[in-house]
Amino acid sequence: MKLVTLTLAASLIGGVAFAGVVAPKEVVVADDGSVAQSLTGVPGNPENGAAIVGTKKLGNCVACHEVPVLADVPFQGNVGPVLDDVGDRYTEAELRGILVNAKNVFPDTVMPAFYKVDGYNRPAKGFTAKPPEGELPPLLSGQQIEDVVAFLMTLK
Amino acid sequence: MTRPKGRKTLTAITVSAFVVASAVSAGDTEISHPELVINDETKMIVQAPAPDHLKDAIDTIYSGWVFRSKETQALQMDDFDNPGMIFVEQAMETWDTPEGSEGKSCADCHGDVETAMKGVRAVYPKWNETAGKVMTLAAQINDCRVNRMGAEKWKITGGDMAAMEALISLQSRGMPVNVAIDGPAKETWELGKKLYYQRIGQLDLACAACHEKNYDHMIRADHLSQGQINGFPTYRLKNAKLNTVQGRFKGCIKNVRGVPYKPGSPEFDALELYVASRGNGLSVEGPSVRN
Ligand code: HEC
Ligand code: HEC
Repeated sequence: MKLVTLTLAASLIGGVAFAGVVAPKEVVVADDGSVAQSLTGVPGNPENGAAIVGTKKLGNCVACHEVPVLADVPFQGNVGPVLDDVGDRYTEAELRGILVNAKNVFPDTVMPAFYKVDGYNRPAKGFTAKPPEGELPPLLSGQQIEDVVAFLMTLK
Repeated sequence: MTRPKGRKTLTAITVSAFVVASAVSAGDTEISHPELVINDETKMIVQAPAPDHLKDAIDTIYSGWVFRSKETQALQMDDFDNPGMIFVEQAMETWDTPEGSEGKSCADCHGDVETAMKGVRAVYPKWNETAGKVMTLAAQINDCRVNRMGAEKWKITGGDMAAMEALISLQSRGMPVNVAIDGPAKETWELGKKLYYQRIGQLDLACAACHEKNYDHMIRADHLSQGQINGFPTYRLKNAKLNTVQGRFKGCIKNVRGVPYKPGSPEFDALELYVASRGNGLSVEGPSVRN
């Protein structure tokens, strides 16, 4: 009896945490490409977001964008616009939308979609050059996107 | 929703500011050094008007050489400094060495490499009437090995192949690339063009995204070139070996989290013809030096 209660409680906690996550295919995108609802229900952490933006294995946003506040990250690219005041010019929902799938906002952009798992031509498992086994994971998790959005909102 | 701020148009300024800012850069620099003369005698065309079929997209084509740092550029200006030349010497031995069940060498059929192979690299990939398809230089080399020598095929992206391509390219060095894209080659060329503009991989980028839309921009530490193949095979400082065209295609697709086509596949052979044709007018440079 006791054991059963415990298991039940654990699965409830898991269930509650999970219920807050919006899967990539379930994201509700507005006509202008913005995404109003948080992908996790957990507020983003701007410090984690900064790390994701500047880290090659994570967002690697600096491959294409110069991010002046991350001055100690070497080799920032200039394929996309400088990210210095996007927190002023976009709402949180708009930034979330750009990250989820930039093509919903800028139709022919070269910026990858960070929360999209289908509709690709010959996608591989990471940088292995081999097809994924099972479902393709998004480039960033829902929480990582929330963290990046929180960081971008600080750029004013 | 607001539009993005215009990206800086004065790329050269942005790039040089960037290089100064990051003291230990990869050594890349803006387009700055348009003269390539090898051994003080062979002048290379590293910049030319775009061929007609490209005019809608870009005005001027550039060799990958102009996007490299002064240090890397210098290595290609003298054959004593060009590490690719070691492989040319190796291939010269191979040229004369009999192999396979027929006991023949390349020289037995073709004679002296300098006369037999002059101008060949400049026009490959090329339609082959007997085979009924466009053949890359690598495919032609393997065809000789299998059908005339009774020898094993070489790996399309392997070291033996790269070295032989270097020897053959050298015999056309300085001549303008001039691959045919019409007549029987047209269908293959069209397929290559489609693949060039087709997004691939989870990063969902076409070749054109980097090499047409964004050349002369920095992507992380890399100064993007037009992805021309007039310099192949290229000796890369990064992996200290000669690299083949299709090996490079594989690498770029891997980097966008894609599954590359197989070397020697109809897709990669078509892409090679198409990319070669984007360089019609640039000098054959192989073996070149890149980072
Ligand atoms: C392969 C290149 C590339 C990568 C990687 C990339 N972006 Fe972008 N991004 C662009 C381009 C190009 C634009 C401009 C939109 C367009 O194409 O017109 C853009 C636009 C944006 C904008 C709007 C900027 C403005 O000034 O309006 C934001 C915000 C943004 N990106 C954030 C990010 C973040 C955060 C990441 C990483 C998680 C990222 N980008 C990764 C290329 C990229
Ligand atoms: C995400 C960006 C990106 C994409 C997409 C991409 N490449 Fe590249 N490519 C690079 C970088 C970076 C280099 C090294 C610097 C340079 O020469 O541009 C490179 C180099 C090359 C080179 C070597 C050029 C030289 O002078 O040695 C060739 C050829 C090439 N790419 C062809 C292709 C083809 C064909 C495709 C599509 C199948 C492709 N690339 C897709 C980024 C890319």
